[in-house]
Amino acid sequence: MYTEKVMEHFKNPRNVGVIEDADGIGEVGNPMCGDMMTVYIKVEDGVIKDIKYLTFGCGAAIAVTSMISEMAKGLTIEEALKLSNKDVADELGGLPQQKIHCSNLGADALHKAIQNYLSKKEGHAQ
Amino acid sequence: MNRIYLDHAATTPLDPRVFECMEPYLKGKFGNPSSLHEDGRIAKEAIDRAREEVAALIGASHEEIVFTSSGSEANNLALKGVAFSYMNTNSNIVVSEIEHTSVLHTAKSLEKMGFEIRHVKVNKDATLDLGSLEKSIDKNTILVSMMHANNEVGTIEPIEEISAVTRTMGVRLHSDAVQTAGTIPVDVNMLGVDLLSMSAHQFYGPKGIGALFIRKGTRVIPQIDGGVQEWGRRAGTENVPAIVGFGEACRLARLEMADRVRKIAPLRDELIRRITTEIEQVRLNGHKERRLPGNVNVGIEFIEGESVLLFLDMEGISVSTGSACTSRALKASHVCLAMGIPHEVAQGSLQFTLGKDNSIDDVNKLMEVLPPVVDRLRTMSPLYHKFIRSK
Repeated sequence: MYTEKVMEHFKNPRNVGVIEDADGIGEVGNPMCGDMMTVYIKVEDGVIKDIKYLTFGCGAAIAVTSMISEMAKGLTIEEALKLSNKDVADELGGLPQQKIHCSNLGADALHKAIQNYLSKKEGHAQ
Repeated sequence: MNRIYLDHAATTPLDPRVFECMEPYLKGKFGNPSSLHEDGRIAKEAIDRAREEVAALIGASHEEIVFTSSGSEANNLALKGVAFSYMNTNSNIVVSEIEHTSVLHTAKSLEKMGFEIRHVKVNKDATLDLGSLEKSIDKNTILVSMMHANNEVGTIEPIEEISAVTRTMGVRLHSDAVQTAGTIPVDVNMLGVDLLSMSAHQFYGPKGIGALFIRKGTRVIPQIDGGVQEWGRRAGTENVPAIVGFGEACRLARLEMADRVRKIAPLRDELIRRITTEIEQVRLNGHKERRLPGNVNVGIEFIEGESVLLFLDMEGISVSTGSACTSRALKASHVCLAMGIPHEVAQGSLQFTLGKDNSIDDVNKLMEVLPPVVDRLRTMSPLYHKFIRSK
């Protein structure tokens, strides 16, 4: 069902964990759907310096958050906001049809973390 | 490395003795049972003998057994076969919420044809609520369908009590016995059923063959029209090798059932004991005592079932899960939800179903692998982190 790359990320997920003093946190999904992700980012000079996450979900969900954390690290906020679920699915070599929604959640979680960072920044600026 | 197979609810390995019986009918004894010559007669005698064995397993007469391609087809024949006599009448059919999809989806089709379908609720342990059943039946009820045991959580239903109700109210009773026939004692007269579905590959017989017991005097409209096989109730040249295999599986089940249960049930209980004591925040799904001898279904909180299944698969262990991710429709197990199990726990439900060839070594190996997998997935779970912080 899953590509080798997906299984690789599932077996050895990168960047798992929590950032206690995160600059932005994004939580998506809910246990009812069977997928839930929380993404933590640390931003310095407009660049995602560090990114960690926690995931409750299937093989695809875990692989997607692992992949997106790898892809987002070192990107500018603007570049990271442009990362789409299709980018993640492509980088993983494709996902089964019924698992595409997992990749949507991964991108959403990252974007939500970024939005959280931006709104906090705006709050401070005021 | 030999794999450890713990998914007997999905299917079972073909018993070598069953294969031996089938082999001649895959080779030289290839006749069509409807043919009048010797080749046909040999095949006809073989399926007659098999039919007697199938009937004997469930306490029926041979002319009450109709062979089908599967348990699903038997379920279709039971529901549609009865319903079709009542087209364009104000009839209703009563089914439990936890039936197999081949019953539930057949009921849905009948609903589109104009029948009213009434679903009866189950209790937290998946046993049928008898009070609700009585309330669902009225003078327009033409059939009640209640499975003998649930394939997911293993709960064995009180069919005898249910048939007492249906008999009193003059309604026919069908029971999907796919998970019980050949595994625990099933007697159509003790159970009091009018129709009963069976499937060979659930008890070491071949895939592609099932049967519907139709009590003498019960009218069933054929769903596959054509030749006069199965006394005109189900057309199609008989799958002779599979029928022969089915018969042998039934014969062996009758002889060995007590020994098999004596072997498997303690393994099941040991696995339940170990999982519930060695892993925290775990619950057993289904009835504690009235359950299939090989069924272990547990809800493991804070993690999702497919990810556990993948890790166990990598370690050579085959299991099943009720999580939404593993269903095409992305819906969590309808059985777990009907039992009132919260969604997130249903997502973490794992099913281990033991068979006659499993051993305590298999249980021990599983318990070597499972707890670390659970820990690993919990460490990366936002739900688990929330739980720890709340303590």
